[in-house]
Amino acid sequence: MHTSEMAGMNERISRLRKQTFETQPSLSIERALIETRFYKENEGKYPIPVLRALNFLEICKQKTIYIGDDELIVGERGPAPKAVPTFPELTCHSVEDLQILNSRELQRYTISQEDIDTYAREVIPYWKGRTQRERIFNHVPEEWRKAYENGMFTEFMEQRAPGHTSLDKKVYQYGLLDLKERIAGELKRLDFQNDPEATDRQEELTAMSISCDAAIIFAERHADLAEQMATEEKNPQRAAELRKIAEVCRWVPAHAPRTYWEAIQMYWFVHLGTITELNGWDAMNPGHFDQHLAPFYEKEVAEGSLTRDEAKELMSCFFVKVNNHTAPPKVGITAKESGTYNDFTNLNIGGIRADGRDGVSEVSYIMLEVVEELHILQPGSSIHISARTPDRFLKAGCNVIRKGHGYPSVFNPDVYVQELVRQGKTLEDAREGGCSGCIEVGAFGKEAYVLTGYLNVPKILEVTLHNGVDPVSGEKLGIETGDPTSFRSYDELYAAFLLQLNYFVDMKVRVSNYIDRMFAKYAPAPFLSLFIDDCIAKGKDYYNAGARYNTTYIQCTGLGTITDSLSSIKKHIFEDKRFSMQEMLYAIDSNFEDMEPMRQTILNRTPFFGNNDPYADEIAVQVYNDLYDAIEGRPNTKGECFHLNMLSTTCHVYFGKVMNATPNGRMAHRAISDGTSPSHGADRNGPSAVIQSLGKLDQAKSGGTLLNQRFLPSLLKKEEDINKLASLIRSYFALGGHHIQFNIVDTKTLLDAQKRPEEYRDLLVRVAGYSDYFNDMNADLQADVIMRTEQEEL
Amino acid sequence: MTATIFDIKRYAINDGPGIRITLFFKGCPLSCLWCHNPEGISPRKEKLYTRKKCLGCQLCVEKCPENALTFTSEGILTDPAKCTVCGICADHCPSLAMQLSGEEYTIDRLMQEIEKETLVMDRSEGGVTFSGGEPFMQPKALLELLRRCGKRGIHRTIDTTLFVKPDILQEAIPETDLFLVDLKQMDSSKHQYFCGTSNERILQNIRLLASSKAKYIIRIPLIEGVNADKENIEETAAFLATLNRKPQYVDLLPYHDIGRSKHDKRGSTYNPTNINMQAPSEEKLARCRELFEKHGIAVHIGG
Repeated sequence: MHTSEMAGMNERISRLRKQTFETQPSLSIERALIETRFYKENEGKYPIPVLRALNFLEICKQKTIYIGDDELIVGERGPAPKAVPTFPELTCHSVEDLQILNSRELQRYTISQEDIDTYAREVIPYWKGRTQRERIFNHVPEEWRKAYENGMFTEFMEQRAPGHTSLDKKVYQYGLLDLKERIAGELKRLDFQNDPEATDRQEELTAMSISCDAAIIFAERHADLAEQMATEEKNPQRAAELRKIAEVCRWVPAHAPRTYWEAIQMYWFVHLGTITELNGWDAMNPGHFDQHLAPFYEKEVAEGSLTRDEAKELMSCFFVKVNNHTAPPKVGITAKESGTYNDFTNLNIGGIRADGRDGVSEVSYIMLEVVEELHILQPGSSIHISARTPDRFLKAGCNVIRKGHGYPSVFNPDVYVQELVRQGKTLEDAREGGCSGCIEVGAFGKEAYVLTGYLNVPKILEVTLHNGVDPVSGEKLGIETGDPTSFRSYDELYAAFLLQLNYFVDMKVRVSNYIDRMFAKYAPAPFLSLFIDDCIAKGKDYYNAGARYNTTYIQCTGLGTITDSLSSIKKHIFEDKRFSMQEMLYAIDSNFEDMEPMRQTILNRTPFFGNNDPYADEIAVQVYNDLYDAIEGRPNTKGECFHLNMLSTTCHVYFGKVMNATPNGRMAHRAISDGTSPSHGADRNGPSAVIQSLGKLDQAKSGGTLLNQRFLPSLLKKEEDINKLASLIRSYFALGGHHIQFNIVDTKTLLDAQKRPEEYRDLLVRVAGYSDYFNDMNADLQADVIMRTEQEEL
Repeated sequence: MTATIFDIKRYAINDGPGIRITLFFKGCPLSCLWCHNPEGISPRKEKLYTRKKCLGCQLCVEKCPENALTFTSEGILTDPAKCTVCGICADHCPSLAMQLSGEEYTIDRLMQEIEKETLVMDRSEGGVTFSGGEPFMQPKALLELLRRCGKRGIHRTIDTTLFVKPDILQEAIPETDLFLVDLKQMDSSKHQYFCGTSNERILQNIRLLASSKAKYIIRIPLIEGVNADKENIEETAAFLATLNRKPQYVDLLPYHDIGRSKHDKRGSTYNPTNINMQAPSEEKLARCRELFEKHGIAVHIGG
């Protein structure tokens, strides 16, 4: 073992970590002011792609440049760490929005009254009626708006631009000057005589070329500042570092990086450019960062020009940079949908290479060490475990999981490569892919994979059970599929559910396609397009089918809740005739008031998903396949189609809030199940049963599933426990699992488990020769487990 | 053929190597004061009642054919004179506050349950553990399961007190991959007092295991006030040192009183003798470890 593996953070990194950890996110109006002034003067003078590129250039020329003490990797989107810009061209915050953001308790963004006044005077009036959000909402049909407002689905693009972009190795192979040359070549080849799109291509390519200039100027300004700071710096060591920073920024991104340091700085400038140009979902992602950096690292370590410690320090500096970039806040009260500072940069560690070989390198281990030592919110991290990934790497990952920071999550390249190939990617492009954001996968550097929003699947059943009416709002959201008390069989009910499902998917697809064109037309992203094959070759924007692959997803949420609800109806109403449909409807409409025995009977005597019980699992498989059939293959606007995705992020909480009680005994307004995980507390047979239930879904048909597993820290106490966790992961992946994540339960969770036992029935207590669940223990013993958990947290 | 099982635990990670499925056989010849599975002691089915889960709906009172149940401010009370442990109350209880412990399984059904875990067992080099209670209390079923698992190549562990007739043990040895043997107290009269039986047969069977080819591990629940005294530990170590084949290691399991909540459910009293049972200190654990290691016996600290 390297001695440095034990050394932990050095002083520089401790200070940087402390700073990024403690800095309160704030709103910066700088970007909005530069942009608004630019638009006032120039809107209408240029074709839209060129206008967007010139706007980006203006920001790069004018924005405040920041280089902090101790920093080695430089560049901030805002004027200072965690100073978050706004994007009024997408969605313009009102004065009230800004005041709420400044004063709310959770996920607060501070802003001065002076800045709010300036915003009200300079920014808001100009953008009124010009934002993407207004363009979208002016178009949407009434039935869409009603369904949207009542939580049937969300719409990603109403506040942010389509994103989910991860980059590939090109970033490290070509400088922006190289790209400019290639663009110039494409411009020369344009065929105005025969190609009706030549004009569009010319506009887009011109915009791309301007974007290159913008990013080079942005880097040069950092070099200038670093040089100036170096002359004023009294500490000779820091002065030397500043001169080195200047040297690096003079070279990248204009040229391809030559060293590990330059490679990281190169990526960081590209990252900053994309998130300054527009505010895409999710922020940006270097993809297989370890694989990209490994050749630089190996060469320099062999030459003796880089040590492992130096490489780790630079990696840590990069992590701090990502953490400095808090997600831009949503407008107004809709922020409650997903209030998070996280902008979902997800580092893929390990995995396989484009040639199919193992992608783990020393840089992978360095990254895992940094994940563990820094344990900051961002970047997120995931380990990618193929059948050929060495156990040593998996165990190193499991040892970080054990620390309970919630990271890394674990992905299975052997399955997601299948997913991508099934959608039509080449094998090599698929292998260079991975996950970005949460659990969604794509071909890195070659794909625009647009997530359009979450679909509240249990709510579709809720509406089905009320003949098209949403019982929460009383509004008619769906179609009339019959009074459920008239259904004579489970199959009749299920058929009605499918009709409603298709109705809502139709509705969602129609608006998604409209929004897609809105972005293609009004908000192209020429800088981002530089890094996505084959935008330059096609002369087309990332948002306008420039990418080699163009996929669109609808994310279906609540598989566990819908399965368990259908299972409950099938078993208790149609098979055992324990309850009538009227009773069930009364129970869910009244939130089981005074019907606790009925609710407990449902909770305890219904086959639930996640127990390796064929009764429930077959229902889950059917629902999953029907979701697939409802979504898969619907054309998008880019010549490709929609696919099924099963992620939920935190939306299952919002979706639960807008729902009454459900037939699986879930109380009104409680969260629905997340991703493809079992409903909270429904899995009572341990993780080996959970993975086998999930293994019955043909996951390769989706663009990602999500499995969260809760573990008490005592399940991961010994070294052997790590081996067992590793074999559990290997088992799930052998069954075709896409993703698994372990949440090591903390004391707060256990205290909640005491209050809401039904949602935590899965918490196992594992003691030699002893069998029990946390919930089944008496209060004293629970207190004991909580106390021990607390000690382990210290 | 059937076996009475009171629990099946999956993802069992402390009952032998790898990830295991553990079957808890009902019935035990010992009745240790600290027993954490007290519902496993009686070979018969028994009723468990968890008051905090009880909704007070009184469906059980209504359904009991023997009128054995009454609803009081203390929850449901069962008149043991009337109760026939028929299980009707448990069948109707919505919240599983009333449960029947002990279910009869055919060997086929148990094999199906075991084989559900094949993938995870294979990947982790785990298997099945027969625990309890005392699995040897149901020797026919146990031997049949051992043989059938053996044919399927499933790793078999028995977690046992070894309070069993030697000829049955002899029969089990070739069909068992690992024995986890509880050894609680070397002094037979003390063993009688704490565990309800003398220990001669147990010690004899350990010698028998040691002279066979069986792999075995000795597990000692280490309890201040019962067996953590220097004298007992020294005697235990000396005994193990004299064996033909020493155990793979000794697993010291520091005392916990986790079984307490199960006594609440049974309406029985935990540690009725009020002996002051305590977990050993870290120093004590370290000293015990040294004592065993001095005799050339490896030690693991479990729990």
